[in-house]
Amino acid sequence: MSEMLTKEPVRTGEQSIGGLFLAVLKRDLLLSYRCRSDLVNPLIFFLMVATLFPLGVSPEPDFLAQVAPGVVWVAALLATLLSMDSVFRSDYEDGTLEQTLLSPQPLFVVVLGKITAHWMLTGLPLALLAPLLGVMLFLPEGGMGGLMLSLLLGTPTLSLVGAIGAALTVGLRKGGVLISLLVLPLYIPVLIFGTSAVQAAVTGLPLDGYIALLGAMLALGIGLAPLAVGAALRISVSG
Amino acid sequence: MAEKKKWMPRWFYQMASPRWSYEIMGKLMPWFAIPAAVLLVLGIAWALAFAPQDYQQGNSFRIIYIHVPSAILAQSCYMLMAVAGAIGLIWKMKVADMVAKSCAPIGATMAILALATGAIWGKPTWGSWWVWDARLTSMLILLFLYLGVIALNSAFESEATAAQATAVLALVGLVNIPIIKYSVEWWNTLHQPATFTLTERPAMPAEMWVPLLIMVIGFYCFFAVSLMMRTRNEIIHRERRASWVRELIEKQ
Amino acid sequence: MSFDSFSEFLAMGGHGIYVWLSYAIALVLFVINLASPLLRKKQLISELKRRLRREKSTS
Repeated sequence: MSEMLTKEPVRTGEQSIGGLFLAVLKRDLLLSYRCRSDLVNPLIFFLMVATLFPLGVSPEPDFLAQVAPGVVWVAALLATLLSMDSVFRSDYEDGTLEQTLLSPQPLFVVVLGKITAHWMLTGLPLALLAPLLGVMLFLPEGGMGGLMLSLLLGTPTLSLVGAIGAALTVGLRKGGVLISLLVLPLYIPVLIFGTSAVQAAVTGLPLDGYIALLGAMLALGIGLAPLAVGAALRISVSG
Repeated sequence: MAEKKKWMPRWFYQMASPRWSYEIMGKLMPWFAIPAAVLLVLGIAWALAFAPQDYQQGNSFRIIYIHVPSAILAQSCYMLMAVAGAIGLIWKMKVADMVAKSCAPIGATMAILALATGAIWGKPTWGSWWVWDARLTSMLILLFLYLGVIALNSAFESEATAAQATAVLALVGLVNIPIIKYSVEWWNTLHQPATFTLTERPAMPAEMWVPLLIMVIGFYCFFAVSLMMRTRNEIIHRERRASWVRELIEKQ
Repeated sequence: MSFDSFSEFLAMGGHGIYVWLSYAIALVLFVINLASPLLRKKQLISELKRRLRREKSTS
């Protein structure tokens, strides 16, 4: 990674923040693209979880239509959680993470780049796939737009907060379930406003308030989460 | 020679010494233990036998004398845990780390007590063993935050790394608590009928709020005692190779 | 006193089980929170004593 960033001749002070962000984003997207099967797993999981509800509870259209917003959101949440562990793990294992922490580049930007890559590969596809689940769960058509919009705004926040959990546990051998335990309570506000947005869309009420709140949480996440992630990464690597 | 300005009182820097902290806590304990015992016994007796019953809820109202103090403690304890963790991170103070670690199980206990008494209170009031009341749901999420902190702390092999990671998590949780509270309360107004909330406290006559105050202070004193005991144990464990600890053990 | 007799005190106007259950749980949790650190202290001390004895005998 340091190789990619320092491939250009050293131009102190000229390396822009935007350039750094894009370089990190490109690298992570490229690395993930090489392992395409991993990309599809969260999406399959997403579909399967949504299928569990009709099978486990009831396939009645009336019932499913009522629970559809919540079910899709919970499935998206769980699928995101499942994929969180991989954000930093491969870099940690081959030593790249340590190099990144030692480099003079601002950690905030690097972290933001990695999380954006993760979102583009998990949250974004989930949001785009969601209407399919909506159809399977008899979500009324008026709700589809709200579903996608709420997920588009909510999943980045999920990636940001999930990255905190991933960073805290990257040094541990068995990170998996622990990340979920740490991060799920923090996901609850996003879940509440996300599902409310969809329900408002279904009943034809204005979405503005919920979208604004989701946006506010995203803004807070973008501002603060990379700080926590950076601190957590330093702790995990040095520990 | 310029004296570097100290921003904190002297005892703060003295606490950096585990030995000093151990000794001062030993001296402070009786000052909290005795008031704790007195206030709790007095408070419970008053709560059970002398306070009047609520005209709407009857005698089940007496549960408030356990439910409210434990809820207050559960929240204060989290704040202390986060602050102690922050102090440990910023000043690299071992004792602060140990205080933070000791807070977690006590806070979790208080949260469990608040939830249990809240649920039990719900049965005669609402007819069911659990209500998704805003405050109970927030308390449940607080319990999850505590459990996460405890789980993270025990996952690390190095005590120092565990303390740092836990501190970061506690601080992230601290920032989230107002957000969680707001969202749960808002969610609750959507989904619960707007009736008398479980923990609403209408203007209480003195015979009702005085025992409540006594119980709250008694709970705080008990919390201090339990915290000091646990922290002293941590100090002994972490400083076991120090000579003062060896002397202390030999005297036992 | 808010109650006229001891049996009334126990019954709590029909809510007896709820009130007493709550206070009992509180008591149990308090006792656990006192006993746990005390037991741990004993454990720590005996462990350290053993280690000191071992070190003395080997030195």
